[in-house]
Amino acid sequence: MNAVAVDGVWKFYGDYPALRDVKLEAAAGTCLALIGRNGAGKTTLLRILGGFSRPGRGSVRICGAAPRDTATRRRIGFIGHGISVYDELSAIENLTLFARLYGLREPRKAATEWLERTGLDRVAGGLVREFSRGMRQRLAVARAFLHDPSVLLLDEPFTALDDRAIAVLQRLLREGLAEGKTIVMSTHQLREALELATDVALLNRGKVAFSGPRTPEMVADPGFLYARYGEG
Amino acid sequence: MDFFRQVMVIAAKDLRAELRTKEAINGSLAFALVILLLFAFAFDPTGDTTREISGGLLWIVFAFAGTLILNRSFARELPNDCLDALIAAPISGAALFLGKAIANYCLLLAVELVSLPVFGIFYNVRWTQRFPELMLVLLLGTWALTVLGTMTSALTVNIRLREVMLPLLTYPILVPALMGAMRLTMELIAGTPINSENVMWLKMLIGFDVIYTAVSLVLVETILVG
Amino acid sequence: MNEKSGWGDYILYLLGAVVIIILVRDIYVIARLPQEAQQGAIFKIIFFHVPVAITAMIAAAVALVASVLFLITRNFRYDALAVAVTEVGLAFLAANLITGSIWGRIIWGQWWAWDARLTSALVCWILYAAYLMLRRAVEEPTQRATFAAVWSIFSFIDVPIVIFSIKWWRTQHPQPVFWGGGSFPPDWKAVFLWNMLAMVLLAIVMTVVRVRQENAQRELDSLRRTAHAM
Repeated sequence: MNAVAVDGVWKFYGDYPALRDVKLEAAAGTCLALIGRNGAGKTTLLRILGGFSRPGRGSVRICGAAPRDTATRRRIGFIGHGISVYDELSAIENLTLFARLYGLREPRKAATEWLERTGLDRVAGGLVREFSRGMRQRLAVARAFLHDPSVLLLDEPFTALDDRAIAVLQRLLREGLAEGKTIVMSTHQLREALELATDVALLNRGKVAFSGPRTPEMVADPGFLYARYGEG
Repeated sequence: MDFFRQVMVIAAKDLRAELRTKEAINGSLAFALVILLLFAFAFDPTGDTTREISGGLLWIVFAFAGTLILNRSFARELPNDCLDALIAAPISGAALFLGKAIANYCLLLAVELVSLPVFGIFYNVRWTQRFPELMLVLLLGTWALTVLGTMTSALTVNIRLREVMLPLLTYPILVPALMGAMRLTMELIAGTPINSENVMWLKMLIGFDVIYTAVSLVLVETILVG
Repeated sequence: MNEKSGWGDYILYLLGAVVIIILVRDIYVIARLPQEAQQGAIFKIIFFHVPVAITAMIAAAVALVASVLFLITRNFRYDALAVAVTEVGLAFLAANLITGSIWGRIIWGQWWAWDARLTSALVCWILYAAYLMLRRAVEEPTQRATFAAVWSIFSFIDVPIVIFSIKWWRTQHPQPVFWGGGSFPPDWKAVFLWNMLAMVLLAIVMTVVRVRQENAQRELDSLRRTAHAM
């Protein structure tokens, strides 16, 4: 059974199909990079995988269950465009809050542990609004990993990050892959993403133009896929 | 049991965030006092007729000032896309809604309980004559305002003209509840007890609260997940 | 769809023509009816006032059903029906308010007497007007349809509570006698029912026209998005 299975998914905005008959799969322990230009449907697809919106047609399975199932939501970690932590709460309060919402047995302990792993333990009590950009981003990473998800959905994870946050995220992602976690990420940063990816899918106007394993020539020339299958 | 624990986590989060910045509650409280002051210019504050209608004025103050709190309820999730994290969390939309509603309820009641004595002093009204009954009406009427306001807050969070749309949607649908609360408050302030005549309004308020709480809990998931 | 819409056009024109014929006949008949004993000519406004109110109520019920069906099926045809029938219902309710107000001016001497039924009708009008405002404020079509459907359900639930509570509120005030004791001769009933039919048919024709506009609008919107994606 694949960790992520998308079959014949359509998504409509009114009558306009933002996704057309998308079929993708990702096995456990693999990293699927979604590439394609703006408006190709990468974010739409990720939001359907994350259970933020329902597909118009077709089926989505995360670890064999619907994304909106409560049990499935426990297995998904999501990093979107925003950092999704509260400015007016402290770092430890933010992580404890989400640990509670995910029903972790020892919320406080999990929060402390993740603050250490992202190098934020010294500012645990500080309000997020006083944090630097990089610190906020690391906290966002901690929030997504806190409940030990088996599927990670990342929407442009490297775009807004500073060097240190990128390093933290890449280390965590590599560890995760080694543990058998599944990663689906959309990205413009082809170089960083393709290094990590085991599989690649190119979306073009809501359709899958290419999908398959990442090959060495893609890493050598990140523009290769676009040149071959068109940017639309 | 999980459900109520999640509700309380959300409510505690909202209250903590609000009490740290006090943006909504300060604004709402100041607004309530300003309206109370302005009404004194519109109606002779010492006249007997004003005292008779003052229960109605009070609910207009609550509804107006409450809007400021309710508007913030889901809007506070907008910076940093926090709403996404809440929707992704393994809690039902109903738990999220109820948690937010409870936080709003506490804030609204706090503003109302501060406004009441000020109102009593400004308009020379002995509002404590039927205190327990008045509190009951306050709790029921405020819950109606809270449920519909929180729902509207969820509906309007991502749309244009959010601040305008919330009262525009909430007030008309609240007409029966406000009517009941106003009438009961007027009579209780005047010293009339709850009797066979006006108990109708109390029943209507309870029914209104129950119906809209139920429908909101059922439909909120549809609004949050597009 | 195109060959079908050709037939649809003929049926719609035919229905429109039937409405006009019935209406013209009704107006002719109503004008020639004798004046009512106490109220005079103004009493005849009832032939329009009541049918438009009933039509508006039917429209609200249809809007509720369409909204619920949209939430279940996510089919935009139901959303188009919901918005179309709500707009038409609002127009009919406005006609009800205006005719009621004119009648009140003649019989009670004031345009607005806070009569229970007129007040309830006004609150309902504002409720459904807010529905249309909400639609205008939401950009994304799926979200717009979903939010609007939820609000339509909320509004519909409110209608009986509004009517009940305003009636109750009115009974505690001096109340003008409704219909001023006017009697309704039995042979006028037929005329009334004919006009009822005319109003319902008129609402159906208007709704169908609006549904088609909505569908075309959605198609245009999708084409525009496709063009932008090119």
